[in-house]
Amino acid sequence: MKPLRNAMAEAALFRRRAWVAGIAVILASAVLIGRYFELQVLRHAEFKTRAEANRIKLRPLPPARGLIYDRNGVLLAENLPAYRLVLIPEQIEDVETTLRELGALMSLDEADLQRFRADYQVARRFRPVTLKLRLDEAEMARFAVNGHRFQGVEIAPYFTRHYPLGPEFAHVVGYVGRIAESDLARIDETAYAATTHIGKSGIERQYERLLHGATGVEQIEANAQGRDLRVIARTPARPGQNLHLSIDARLQRSMANAFEGQPGAAVAVDPRNGEVLAMVSLPTFDPNLFVNGISHADYRVLTQDQSQPMFDRVLDGTYAPGSTVKPFMGLAGLELGLRTPQATTFSSGAFRLAGQAREYRDWKGGGHGAINLRESLAQSVNTYYYKLAHDMGIDRMSEAMQRFGFGHPTGIDLPGEESGVMPTREWKRRRLKQEWYPGETVVAGIGQGFWTATPLQLAQGIAAIASGTRQPLHVLLATQDGLDAPRVAHRAQLPKRSTGYFGSAQNLAAVRDGLTAVMHGPTGTARASAAGSEYLMAGKTGTAQRIGRTGTRSLNPNNLPMHLRHRALFVGFAPVDAPRIAIAVVAEHGGAGSRVAAPIARKVMDAWLLGKEVAPAVASLPEAPAAPAAPPASTPQGDLPGCRDSRAPLRGGGTGSTGRCCLRSRSSSRREW
Amino acid sequence: MLLALAIIVAAGMVTLYSAGSGSVRLELAQGARVAAGLLLLLVLARLTPMRLRLFSPWAYVASLLLLALVPFFGSGRSARLWLDLGVFYLQPAELLKITVPMIVAWYLHDRVLPVRFRDVLVCTVLIGLPSAMIAVQPDLGTALLVAASGVFALFLAGLSWWLLGTGVVLASAAAPLAWWFWLKDYQKDRILTFLDPGNDPQGAGWNIIQSSIAVGSGGLTGKGWGASTQARLEYLPEHTTDFAFAVFAEEFGFVGVAGILLVYLFIVLRTLWIATEAHESYGRIVAGSLGLAFFVYVAVNGGMITGLLPVVGVPMPLVSYGGTSAVTLLAAFGLVLGVRAHHRLAR
Repeated sequence: MKPLRNAMAEAALFRRRAWVAGIAVILASAVLIGRYFELQVLRHAEFKTRAEANRIKLRPLPPARGLIYDRNGVLLAENLPAYRLVLIPEQIEDVETTLRELGALMSLDEADLQRFRADYQVARRFRPVTLKLRLDEAEMARFAVNGHRFQGVEIAPYFTRHYPLGPEFAHVVGYVGRIAESDLARIDETAYAATTHIGKSGIERQYERLLHGATGVEQIEANAQGRDLRVIARTPARPGQNLHLSIDARLQRSMANAFEGQPGAAVAVDPRNGEVLAMVSLPTFDPNLFVNGISHADYRVLTQDQSQPMFDRVLDGTYAPGSTVKPFMGLAGLELGLRTPQATTFSSGAFRLAGQAREYRDWKGGGHGAINLRESLAQSVNTYYYKLAHDMGIDRMSEAMQRFGFGHPTGIDLPGEESGVMPTREWKRRRLKQEWYPGETVVAGIGQGFWTATPLQLAQGIAAIASGTRQPLHVLLATQDGLDAPRVAHRAQLPKRSTGYFGSAQNLAAVRDGLTAVMHGPTGTARASAAGSEYLMAGKTGTAQRIGRTGTRSLNPNNLPMHLRHRALFVGFAPVDAPRIAIAVVAEHGGAGSRVAAPIARKVMDAWLLGKEVAPAVASLPEAPAAPAAPPASTPQGDLPGCRDSRAPLRGGGTGSTGRCCLRSRSSSRREW
Repeated sequence: MLLALAIIVAAGMVTLYSAGSGSVRLELAQGARVAAGLLLLLVLARLTPMRLRLFSPWAYVASLLLLALVPFFGSGRSARLWLDLGVFYLQPAELLKITVPMIVAWYLHDRVLPVRFRDVLVCTVLIGLPSAMIAVQPDLGTALLVAASGVFALFLAGLSWWLLGTGVVLASAAAPLAWWFWLKDYQKDRILTFLDPGNDPQGAGWNIIQSSIAVGSGGLTGKGWGASTQARLEYLPEHTTDFAFAVFAEEFGFVGVAGILLVYLFIVLRTLWIATEAHESYGRIVAGSLGLAFFVYVAVNGGMITGLLPVVGVPMPLVSYGGTSAVTLLAAFGLVLGVRAHHRLAR
């Protein structure tokens, strides 16, 4: 049955096949070894790097934010240890269930949840996402007991910003808040990799770069699941710079107290160097509310309060400067050669432009008679300035006043400063599509009409009259590293056209003489405020009208509803021979400047020059639109506890939408004039 | 030959110790299997080819039966591959890697060579049946290797180049059909991923990328024993089994890899040499096809780890942790050594 077999042939066949196979095996081995040679020798560097990249994860370390002190080392902003609740996305199975169960353990308000969900969606899977900041002890304890049930939920320590003096420095120091989408544009995200908060306003925003410091980094060996195994190397974070402000916390408090609960603004500067000594905008708010995310209820109260606590009146309040412009107008008249100090103008009680029926009145019926520069300031004679303005014309007037700083931001080292309006023909044409009328020049001569200025501009201007040169203003005094603080502060310099020159010594002396007569002269409008002073003061009152004076009928401002009352203004400096403080005051519902604003300035000067601190007033707040029936005992602008209480009467705010950004709400109020 | 095997087994044990994070349990288990395999090797080496030949059909049928049991009693993660025999898990498919060449050799030993077309058809059935059974488990990789070991036997038996060519052409033609009608999604993924691992680096491409990184980062001399970060930090999947050789490459570098591959090459060529020296066709075919199959495992695993070939579940012979594989491979060399011993005696 078996076919014939040829054993030799079969063996030979097999040998041939085996040779073929053997050669194939050798070739394949060569390819294989070649491949290993390629990966392990030729491309070794590439794979080595990738293995390291696999293994080593970088974890950013947050820097400690710089502290902020006043000029005497009083702490204004500090970092307190706190705890927050974080969720790590990759370890969470069902985030909604986790949130629900956590909600049973601690209160999670809607704002927290909304923010968390937004963050959670975009977060890297292994990066912890914050759910709730500033856990209190009860919450910590409850989580400690139940924490084992929550995979991927952890309590993480962090530092939270705290403002020990709270409301007193709300507008100057500002506050930090969580980094929002809108902040991303102004930061380098990698530099903020570990940072949760960023300066949102005031000094905190202005000097964010100095305060933030540099993020450190930890090299961590991690396994494929992303779990950290050990720290390989560590570059510590560099803490932010501590900043010293030129503000004096005691003067700041005295200034606030001097307002006795009225809304308004004041700013005191050192005329010799432009240091801001105190800066108050009232009413104010507690910046600590914003640090860990303000609740909707608190935010609504703040934004709906008609007295606008969030609004920084010093930088952003644009007021008709009224008679406080007279020293500047008078100086311009001298500088332009239109007047001499002795030249008189006759005040009959009313000024009329040729060919026009309209009368521009003095505050004193029947007029002041023949008035020189000194008396025009002492008695605040409108006719002198009506005529001066008319002689000067709007073009020369605008140019001179812009040189004095009106119509431009002062360039102070705080964010969001307003420029006010120094009207020109061109401005009116652009803004109102109208020609300039001569009568508008006349009213501008006494700081009315289109002209508006911020308290800061008035303070800078009066300080310049005191010292002879216009100093750039700054709030930053020194940095921890001894950086040249004024240079840091003045990245934003004075407008280019300004030289700092304010007037000749002779002309300045004449104006100062008139301003001294306001306080100490027999006819001075503010002589009551200077009575018994141990030093010579110079100043000028202003009363910005909110209702035009028609005919000869005079209205008693004290009988008007608060929001229709005149605004009381005052600018001044002291001591006259060697000025150490210059001040601008605006009392919003103040009536006459001499009666309301000047006494505030006197108290602040006494506090600074004589060390007489102003105690919180005990007098009740007169009826205010926001709180018609304020309890008499409440003193909204008292000392620290009093200040905190001051939020209570503001809580009457109604309902409505809340804006995302507090700065935004300022614009609505700016044009109430 | 035994020395070469011992070197590889030792390298495997060393790698396992490192890849398994010093697990004594794994080490002991593997050691026990190697010991069992060596025992089997020695026993089989004493059998004459004649005895083996008579034993072949029984071994084939027995392994087929075990394979048939797998779908009903099997266990395994993604596919049912293992039989739980109480003491150890048995992977019947591994047995077929030996018994298929044996049965082909048995069938052909008294036929006229080169094989005739009729015999080829019979052998195709003998090879095709277990391959198909394994393929539906599903374990396509092993199925192809089992088929390959049978085809090697046919090839060594003088399968005409013409038929071989036709087979290759038919297989190529079948590939697109298989793609559309037969391959499961995960199998398609593996092939697509092989073509472009960067396509899904976190998913299907992960294995290839991470094992390439492991191999490449080993460099010329390696990171040293126990210093494989890819395995220790669990970037490398299956680092005790299919990807164990990547750990070896990472720790011992190109020098180690080249050394081991040359030892493998020596074993394969030596086996082929033994086969040609054998004086009857059963021993020749069994030894030759087992040697070639052995080389295919090395090449497929070594290629897979470096991204030269798609990921298939093929262990690196005697290095990867895996009981049945180690035992059957050593048993196979028992057969080879038996062939050698007895042809020498016959002289």
